Amino acid sequence: MPDASKIMISIQQVGKTYNKGKVQALSNINLEVAKGELFGLIGPDGAGKTTLFRILATLLQPDSGTATVNGNDVVRDYKAIRSTIGYMPGKFSLYQDLTILENLEFYAAVFGTTIAENYEQIKPIYSQIEPFKHRRAGQLSGGMKQKLALSCALVHKPELLLLDEPTTGVDPVSRQEFWEMLQLLKESGLTIVVSTPYMDEARLCDRIALIQKGNILSINTPQGITDSYAENLYAVRSDEMYRLINDLRTLTGVSTCYAFGEYAHVAEHTAIGLKKEDIQAFLLKKEHKNIEINRTPATIEDCFIALMKE
Amino acid sequence: MSKKTIITTQNLTRTFGAFTAVDAISFEVYEGEIFGFLGANGAGKTTAMKMLSGLLSPSSGEATVVGCDVYKQAEAIKRQIGYMSQRFSLYEDLTVDENIQLFGSIYGVKKKELADKTEILLDQLEFKDQRKTLVGALPLGWKQKLSFSVAMIHEPRLVFLDEPTGGVDPITRRQFWEMIYAASAKGATIFVTTHYMDEAEYCNRVSIMVDGKIAALDTPKNLKKQFNASDMNDVFLKLASTSKIRAI
Amino acid sequence: MKTFLAFVTKEFRHVMRDRRSLIVIIGMPIVMLLLYGFALSNEVKNSRIAILDPSKDEVTLALVQRLDASRYFDVTEYIDRPEQADEMFRQGKVRAVVVFQSGFQQSLLHTNSAAVQILADASDTNTGNTVSFYISSVIRDYQNELLAQQKLPYRIQVEAQLAYNPQLKSAFNFVPGVMVLILILLCSMLTAVAIVREKETGTMELILVSPVRPWMMIVAKALPFLLIGLVNIGVILVMAYTILGLPMRGNQFLLVAECGLFVLLALSLGLFISTRTDSQQTALFISLVGLMLPSLVFSGFMFPLENMPKPLQVISNIVPTKYFFSILKSVMIKGLGIQYVWKETLVMAGMTLFLMSMAIRSFNIRLS
Repeated sequence: MPDASKIMISIQQVGKTYNKGKVQALSNINLEVAKGELFGLIGPDGAGKTTLFRILATLLQPDSGTATVNGNDVVRDYKAIRSTIGYMPGKFSLYQDLTILENLEFYAAVFGTTIAENYEQIKPIYSQIEPFKHRRAGQLSGGMKQKLALSCALVHKPELLLLDEPTTGVDPVSRQEFWEMLQLLKESGLTIVVSTPYMDEARLCDRIALIQKGNILSINTPQGITDSYAENLYAVRSDEMYRLINDLRTLTGVSTCYAFGEYAHVAEHTAIGLKKEDIQAFLLKKEHKNIEINRTPATIEDCFIALMKE
Repeated sequence: MSKKTIITTQNLTRTFGAFTAVDAISFEVYEGEIFGFLGANGAGKTTAMKMLSGLLSPSSGEATVVGCDVYKQAEAIKRQIGYMSQRFSLYEDLTVDENIQLFGSIYGVKKKELADKTEILLDQLEFKDQRKTLVGALPLGWKQKLSFSVAMIHEPRLVFLDEPTGGVDPITRRQFWEMIYAASAKGATIFVTTHYMDEAEYCNRVSIMVDGKIAALDTPKNLKKQFNASDMNDVFLKLASTSKIRAI
Repeated sequence: MKTFLAFVTKEFRHVMRDRRSLIVIIGMPIVMLLLYGFALSNEVKNSRIAILDPSKDEVTLALVQRLDASRYFDVTEYIDRPEQADEMFRQGKVRAVVVFQSGFQQSLLHTNSAAVQILADASDTNTGNTVSFYISSVIRDYQNELLAQQKLPYRIQVEAQLAYNPQLKSAFNFVPGVMVLILILLCSMLTAVAIVREKETGTMELILVSPVRPWMMIVAKALPFLLIGLVNIGVILVMAYTILGLPMRGNQFLLVAECGLFVLLALSLGLFISTRTDSQQTALFISLVGLMLPSLVFSGFMFPLENMPKPLQVISNIVPTKYFFSILKSVMIKGLGIQYVWKETLVMAGMTLFLMSMAIRSFNIRLS
């Protein structure tokens, strides 16, 4: 257990259901985030990421368990938490009929501060959209809206930044830019929790939690998660991808076989010792052309698939 | 793969006021291929796709889709294609069964045929137990798979998929692509957009739009060679960084 | 305080930027009042009337001629017996019958007084009222001329009787009634969608995750609409006075203050609805359907409250429009001062405070 003064978020046995218990959104989640960490919640839609964010942001009360943000309880001390966090919901939540400047001024005033007072904090992001500050938010491009939302979340100098799926539906270029901004913010000492359905973004976090159907599958550093993948994993390709995948699934010793870009990743059953030669011989027999087989290190997505299967 | 074309465009253009969303694009899609249609947000993908599926009239240029002219025969195009959007397009307050019946009859599938197809479809999706479930209660990945099956129910020669896998879990995402492969193996042409660059590798050919123009079009393999890139993500980043519009 | 000001600024910006809604909000009351106002006076134009005149003397003939010459009336029938009037109304031949007493001029000369009776078809209350009111005015005008000429205190006693609706109700019921309805529906609808809209667009999520106090948000929402409501009141009162010819007997400041209080009450009601609903649709439906009917039925301008069954009379006590309608009539038409309406005023103020605090109380500080 790390030193309590260094912990930003502590979640213990938190559960949450919707529709009078019919939908289990979170089941007994345990999680700790240290101060200054860039922490990623990685999981698909419906995994419970948004519910967890709303509990941390004091917008929802957990059915069971306790959660604290910087030592404050999310239910009892909600007022203290609200003035110290910056929150960016998954849906764009600023006023479309107000300009960039008006939105930012408003959120500064809501927290009893001004733009001038905290200009240094928002400068790296805000300066990019400042030339357009008299444009209404409704007329901004997706990337600019995102920068405005982030500026508004930062304008009161929060200690913790909660970003719910900031990159969903965003093209790879804008996503890359966004993660560069997050790195900058992290260097300024801010604690950041960010959720994403894109598994490739996991490696940009200090630590990640893989989350699926309200359960945390694993918490570790990205490296730690991929290192813990113990079985043999092969990247295989041939001329006919679709037939290749279907054939490989019939091979004894293969646990899963899924497409990963131009290769199919073949995962073996636990410690069965599937060899490259076995696959080669099998595919030749099935008359595949231009076969290529390599052992490959696991990606976060391989780990996620393996954990989902458990 | 035969080289018969199913989509042909010549200088296809669409302007909104002073803004040119699609700027004189010319390309061909071959019958039976999986065609990846990539581009940054705002590059003009959605506008181009709306023109090709008969939902939006072009400002100038030519386009023929499934043998029909996009200006004069928009209705004929709509009858012959399938369409699935990133925003889930089935009725959430109807059951799985009711949605299939509804869309089957909208596309004029005969009753007897529809009943048989429904059984096969539910079997393939392993949805038999869920046929009386409201679609709104299904997980996103299931909805998307069902949505795709419904878009294919009248066996269209060409289907447009607009970001079909956004936010879906890694296994379901791949299962979805296997459905695409299966449809393609049966001869359907797939026209698909995505933000997952690994999915671009699954396509036979990929086009990348930048600022309303098609900046590159080739097989993933040739594109990687052409741009000296290790994967499609790299290709995309190199191309998209040439955009003048996204300077901010 | 700075935070509160920021909220108020923001609300004003929302309202001012939505030009289309603003035009509707300001324009709708004008259009409604004009529509009803002119529909009213148009109908009275060229109304057919019948005359029962046993004496046919100088004075009655002059009066009949005046009535006929007025743009409001055409004298189309002459009858001999009062019973014939009923038949005339039933067949819809005339709107009113003017009955002179026998020996009209004689009576006027010898007793300085003569009686005339106006029977009006009040199956359409407002028209009946107006017709009878206009006939009386014509007669009164004539009497004034007689007085001026002869300096003798002649009195023509006009007795108006409304067939099918013996309740003698003033045509002036109508304009205050429309005012009450317009103000309560418009103002409550404006605020009913205001908070729930932020829930729908998702902006509420960010507001909640800030140290903002609910009262700031709620009060700030009401302010721009209070101003709009006051503008509406001004426009309505000026129109009622100039175009529709309504009297403004009472103290104008008192009148505007009472109107302002009522607007505040309606806004609080809307805010309360807004905090308790989850979609703009529901909020609109509740404020429109839920308020329209009780306001119409229980305010007393369409159906007299005294005649209602006891339980309904009890219910009418919680309907805010009842109090405002009564205040409007007292102050605007009867010209009474605050000493006659302080009870109603107090009830309305109490309701406003109650609804406003309920709105603040039921403001959810979390999602769902």
